Amino acid sequence: MSRAWTVARRRLLHSIPVLAIVVLGMFALLEAASGDAVDAYLAVSGGDAGLVAQLRQEWGLDRSFLARLGAYLAALGRFDLGWSVAFSRPVIAVVFERAPNTLLMMGAAICFSFFAGTLLGVAAGVRPGSVRDRILSALALILYATPSFWLGLMLLVSFAVKLSWFPLGGIENIGMPETGIARVIDIAHHLVLPVLSLGLIYLALYLRLMRSGMVEAWRSDYIRTARAKGLAPNRIAFRHAARNALLPVVTMLGLQAGALLSGSVVVESVFAIPGMGRLAFEAVTQRDVPLLLGVFLVSTIMVIVANFCVDLLYAQLDPRVAVED
Amino acid sequence: MKSRPSRRSVLAGLLGSGTAASLPGAVWAQAAPRRGGTLIVAADSEPRNLNPAIVASNGVFYVASKVIEPLAEQTYEGNGLAPRLATAWHGSPDGRSVTFTLRPDVTWHDGRPFSSADVAFSALEVWKKLQNLGRVVFKDLEAVDTPDATTAVLRFAKPTPFQLIQNALPALTAVVPKHVYEGSDINANPANTRLIGTGPFRFVEHRPGQFYRLERNPNYWDSGKPYLDAIVYRVLPDPGAVAAAIEANQIQLAAFSSVPLADLARIGRVPGVAVVTKGYEGITYQLTVEINHRRKELADVRVRRAISHAIDRKFVVDTVFLGYAETATGPVPKFDKQFHTADVTTPGFDPRRAEALLDEAGYRRGGDGVRFKLRLLPAPFFEQTRQFGDYLRQALRAVGIDAEIVRNDTPGHLRAVYTDHAFDLTVGSPVYRNDPAISTTILYQGGLPPGVPFSNQYGYNDPQMNALIAKAAETVDAGERSRIYRDFQKLAGEQQPIIHVAEFTFISVTRDRLRNVANNPRWATSNWADAWLAS
Repeated sequence: MSRAWTVARRRLLHSIPVLAIVVLGMFALLEAASGDAVDAYLAVSGGDAGLVAQLRQEWGLDRSFLARLGAYLAALGRFDLGWSVAFSRPVIAVVFERAPNTLLMMGAAICFSFFAGTLLGVAAGVRPGSVRDRILSALALILYATPSFWLGLMLLVSFAVKLSWFPLGGIENIGMPETGIARVIDIAHHLVLPVLSLGLIYLALYLRLMRSGMVEAWRSDYIRTARAKGLAPNRIAFRHAARNALLPVVTMLGLQAGALLSGSVVVESVFAIPGMGRLAFEAVTQRDVPLLLGVFLVSTIMVIVANFCVDLLYAQLDPRVAVED
Repeated sequence: MKSRPSRRSVLAGLLGSGTAASLPGAVWAQAAPRRGGTLIVAADSEPRNLNPAIVASNGVFYVASKVIEPLAEQTYEGNGLAPRLATAWHGSPDGRSVTFTLRPDVTWHDGRPFSSADVAFSALEVWKKLQNLGRVVFKDLEAVDTPDATTAVLRFAKPTPFQLIQNALPALTAVVPKHVYEGSDINANPANTRLIGTGPFRFVEHRPGQFYRLERNPNYWDSGKPYLDAIVYRVLPDPGAVAAAIEANQIQLAAFSSVPLADLARIGRVPGVAVVTKGYEGITYQLTVEINHRRKELADVRVRRAISHAIDRKFVVDTVFLGYAETATGPVPKFDKQFHTADVTTPGFDPRRAEALLDEAGYRRGGDGVRFKLRLLPAPFFEQTRQFGDYLRQALRAVGIDAEIVRNDTPGHLRAVYTDHAFDLTVGSPVYRNDPAISTTILYQGGLPPGVPFSNQYGYNDPQMNALIAKAAETVDAGERSRIYRDFQKLAGEQQPIIHVAEFTFISVTRDRLRNVANNPRWATSNWADAWLAS
């Protein structure tokens, strides 16, 4: 375990240049976009020349690119993410208000799709070319080709509008907020449809990866050996084929786990969930540089952590792969 | 309420389900109102500053007008104004003062009494200094006298038309509490997001990304009102989800056309759902083609008139707006009887005349059939501004002008048009606010500094036009002032510095349980004290 800690510390140091590139890149990209936060603000209300100049000065937008970048980096050094002009609140408060919702929704969607997708992938890959395999593969292809907003709206229309089984959107009951365990159940109830509309699409990905891994494995020498030893077919499928087929699936899991905090603009909009995807979108349309950087920094840290965890998991699955220093 | 048989209400009957349920308010208003119930409505934006005294915009009013009241509100009846915090008002003949008699025994939501001092503070410190529209209308406000607690006298340094002040009352005179704002940085005061007002509803909670919650003010001056216990604004950013929510009866109102026009025919047939086309006349939007007069071709009035001749306004109304709009001939909408004139020479649809004018101006078709090329920037503000951009490109192509469409998001569009002037034509959607001097003449007035959004950044600077605008600004007599603005419309029709295509308001989709809908011309942005939910 202490070895893992050493590696963790080293990874953290290596991630500093990554973070620096993210900050510089985002700053430069938003600088290149036409219009600034004041332009975005004035679209709502209009205003005369005096107001325009006054706002630019108040929001520090009358300073040069380098001066603003310098000020931002200096504040970042003090772990201060700055002030969001779009929300008139500190960036850190806005981001941490949204992060739990996104973490919950994305976490549930990724867990669901990983477990369900892997199991179905095994089911399809046990006997490649069978009727079951064909049906599952076709289903996966259809799901994968479905746009998430459409799937979301269809789930909404069927299960919330027509059947009234689930609420239409939001993260919890807004008429009468619950407390304690009732609140947990209420939130879970609200999350079923958004998690399904994200999860069903990811599921297809895992299913296909797992299936093709299994197909590959069946042709391997070690499977022939296992057969020759006279092992039971189920044991071969699960202990030998599936375990090896799992490696690319775990890689995929790592990539997706990075998205845990980036959220999904589309699904969050359809289900009115106040998450990080919508926040990043608002930050761009409002040209709110500190807010967008805050969102990206938090997401970047999430990616780094997730990748590290996946590397550890790899070593567990395949002893040939060691955690690199 | 008085039912006005206009084209809009006829439309409502035709496009709704065709049953009694689809008729606006008029039918329902007969029944006795029921107390109680929570009204849940859709909201699509969460303004960062919710103070209507600082930001006079429809997105802010939608929530804030229930909490903070103006001196008077627009109405369909009589002279067009209903008293709110002021009960009477009159202007002096020289235009140097306006006297308001204020409503007695009104209390703020925090329990303190409302008085003329609050009006004086709001006028001098907020409307005049900070408000997006007030900075223009109240620029000459010098002092506010408060001889007693229920009298406020606005004094102007220069003659200011009483007609203008009256027309500005609904949108520009939200009164905020002096005791909360005095001595603070008004722009940064926490009460800008946690509103304190005198209105029928108190501000209770805002959970960003989720909802606003307003609750009944039991001490409202209009005793017995409001009828509703609470109003909840659910933040629903997706238009498809808004339509689903109203269908599932999870919300009772989707205002400001948040249900897309294409969905209205379908949703109007759902039992219990009504499509209402009234209640927005006081916030009419105008679909316009804004022109960069710095381009030598476009500086020629014949070319501008040719472009106007190339546009089939009826087609635009029927196709882009699916009939939910009216054609326009000039800068004042037809609804405004005070100022509108139909006696203008705005060129109608006549592509042949357009071609003749372009030939006459010396821009003949080249070998490829093209006379000249233009950059066209459709504003991204509405689906219809973008769609009209596509139509305009085709309409111009038919008369030999090749317009290349350049798309931007909102801040990019504002920067390109109003600061960088990097456009030739743009599709705009200015709001008409019941008096040309509030936000309309500024689109025609020459010599403004760059960087001011929704103003004349078009390089148009005509001495005759400037003189008319200046004269109207200092004309105190209402009849004379209206006459000048009719001349202004005639001149705009002749010169076509901006081409007016259509006038559009919004559509509300409601559950028919919600009563007293659309009973004034600014209904969605009024106080809803008389709205109620049938059981």
